[in-house]
Amino acid sequence: MDLSAINPVLLLAALLAAATPILLAATGELIAEKAGVLNLGVEGMMITGAICGFATAVETGSPLLGFAAAAVGGAALSLLFAFLTQVALANQVASGLALTLFGLGLSALLGQSYVGVKPPRMEDVNFGPLADIPLIGRIFFQHDLVLYLGVVLVASVWAFLKYTRSGLILKAVGENHDAAHALGYKVVRIRTLAIMFGGACAGAGGAYISLVRVPQWTEGMTAGVGWIALALVVFASWKPWRVLLGAYLFGGITQLQLNLQGAGVAIPVEYLAMSPYIITIVVLVLLSADKAQAPASLGRTFHASQ
Amino acid sequence: MTTPLIRLDGLTKAYPGVRANDDVSLEIAPSEIHALLGENGAGKSTLVKMIYGLVKPDSGNMTLAGAAYDPQEPRAARAAGVAMVFQHFSLFDALSVAENVALGMEDPPAMRDLSQRIKDVSETYGLPLNPSRRVGDLSAGERQRVEIIRCLLQDPKLLIMDEPTSVLTPQEVEILFQTLRKLSAEGTAILYISHKLEEIRTLCNSATILRGGKVVGKCNPRDATAREMAELMVGKGLSVPARSGKSHGLVALELERLSMPAPSNFGMPLRDISLQVRSGEVMGIGGVAGNGQDELLQALSGETRAPGKRIWLFGEDIGARGPRSRRAKGLLCAPEERLGHAAAPNMTLTENAMLTGSLRRGLERNGFLDWRAARNFAEEIIARFDVRTPGPNNAARALSGGNLQKFVVGREVLQDPKVLVVNQPTWGVDAAAAAAIRQALLDLAAAGGTVIVISQDLDELMEISDRFAALNEGRLSDPRDTAGLTIEEIGLMLGGAHGMEVAHV
Repeated sequence: MDLSAINPVLLLAALLAAATPILLAATGELIAEKAGVLNLGVEGMMITGAICGFATAVETGSPLLGFAAAAVGGAALSLLFAFLTQVALANQVASGLALTLFGLGLSALLGQSYVGVKPPRMEDVNFGPLADIPLIGRIFFQHDLVLYLGVVLVASVWAFLKYTRSGLILKAVGENHDAAHALGYKVVRIRTLAIMFGGACAGAGGAYISLVRVPQWTEGMTAGVGWIALALVVFASWKPWRVLLGAYLFGGITQLQLNLQGAGVAIPVEYLAMSPYIITIVVLVLLSADKAQAPASLGRTFHASQ
Repeated sequence: MTTPLIRLDGLTKAYPGVRANDDVSLEIAPSEIHALLGENGAGKSTLVKMIYGLVKPDSGNMTLAGAAYDPQEPRAARAAGVAMVFQHFSLFDALSVAENVALGMEDPPAMRDLSQRIKDVSETYGLPLNPSRRVGDLSAGERQRVEIIRCLLQDPKLLIMDEPTSVLTPQEVEILFQTLRKLSAEGTAILYISHKLEEIRTLCNSATILRGGKVVGKCNPRDATAREMAELMVGKGLSVPARSGKSHGLVALELERLSMPAPSNFGMPLRDISLQVRSGEVMGIGGVAGNGQDELLQALSGETRAPGKRIWLFGEDIGARGPRSRRAKGLLCAPEERLGHAAAPNMTLTENAMLTGSLRRGLERNGFLDWRAARNFAEEIIARFDVRTPGPNNAARALSGGNLQKFVVGREVLQDPKVLVVNQPTWGVDAAAAAAIRQALLDLAAAGGTVIVISQDLDELMEISDRFAALNEGRLSDPRDTAGLTIEEIGLMLGGAHGMEVAHV
């Protein structure tokens, strides 16, 4: 066992990158759930985004175009969910599960000719002298654009929900759709937009895996990250900053346990591999002990009956 | 008379199978407090939903302050100066008072200014309210204040209030009335929907009475008597069949000061209900929906367990027993909600017959189900109660409301109940079928059974019950013999004009 092989600076830098896919997907899902929609299709939208982004980046040579395509792909798939649940009034849980299965299959089909291809590299943002600050520069200022956008997204979602009228209306729809309807708000329209936002974020999160984290395409490469994102939203009590905290915690422990495995710690690998899940859940369960509650209309089907 | 603020002219709205509003016209002047009276289903809610832009009329037109008024959505109505306080509050529990108010406004100011304005208005009108509190923590009266303040901040010309006092304590009602009088003095017109005659007599200065979607009368409630208004509401043809004072048997079911907390936030607690019903007797319990009918039925059926020594069946304390155990002892219930409560919508009639009949009809042996017997039972119900359906293998949801009603009532009647409790037995059932159901209930009583009928249909209760009591806000009035009971007395019992003083704590 050689713990000195673990470099804390590299570990922290990798933490930010490891957390970003979860962070993006969970923030998108948070908006959907705040609007009262439980979309279990996050995994499916992520993997669809991963292949859409990968294919577009490979074909155009631009990773940023890839991310845009991933967001569009995720949002397009989420429209299917929106149609099923908001127009056809299907059960949200079943529709979400179907969406995940569909997304996994669709992405495998789309990605057949991309296995083994190397995508264009995502450049780091150039912070100039900031990047040369010892330690801090390496940890915070040598990353790609999307990672920073992820943090900006959390801040924007937080401000949107807390300070804007649109955010208030979104929360109102998720809280009591009948009352929102009685006040004249367009419940189905608002929910559809929230679902699409969630799909776009999940798609971008998926593309971050296929373009930055792993840089390659493999079938089913999201490997359950979408489910982690879903759980994170609940354990974070639907609060954006807690989603960020949870994502970093999960990403950090994932990196740490990989390093520990590399260092040959005398703990069976299986325990190390499960540790991120357990620790993240435990911490967020402790945090969620306050009285914060789920949006009251979460998962309920709305039908404007008069 | 001054120029009316709002004039409705020939408004008609039909839903499949029912004309909710038929050629309704009325006028309201500024400063007027106008009452809209009627029983449940008379079309009051549909009418105000049209004024508020939630429902579009099929024909007819509206004029507001001299200009044509045709709101496409509530936003347009609010912009035109029409505000509404809903019967079931349209509030968001997890949000603060200020946020709730902001959601109901077209152009809300910044939160800090809004909080200040809420404070100002709430002090002006004597409705104390803290803008930063979470609405979920407020009492019913405080919640209503949120709704009212939401309306007042928009300086409405017309304020619609849909049964505002149904959830308030008498003290809160008094505060509300003072506020409304003050508003009226400032020129705001108020359309006040209620079926509580005493309230309308104290508050309103004109009234329109609806029955079956039609305007059946207008009056000044200060001059008219409660009797006149009740007659208009209920219809003059309220025939009271002569009931012989025939003696009944032993006390079959007894409730002794039964109090139960509300089962949910929207439920009604049962308050100190005492009742004795004898075998061979039909007891009618009237009252407007939402005053504890469902809760009373659940307490009797055993869906909610009562504390001990409160419910007695033939002298045995059954409060702690569950529905199955009570069924075994002969207490059967048929709830109001046909699909989902009385019957499982996606199951066949045979399966539904099995669900409640297995015990008393011996449809199960040693845990195994006898489907052949269940099918025979279902066919017996279908034949005896003239249920129009291709056969017992049809799903319950495929039946029309009236036919399913015949099935669920028939299913209980044919199980030889000692005490049968039915809620709204003939709701949505055509006249001939309703008569058949009533006859079956009377036959049951004649054969020595006990029947408790909970209904909103006063004609029905007068026709079949020996005694009548009214449920009002979870309290049961003293039962009276239906023979010789006058309309005025019934109206007063339903409106809860007596018993109010002693009832609240």
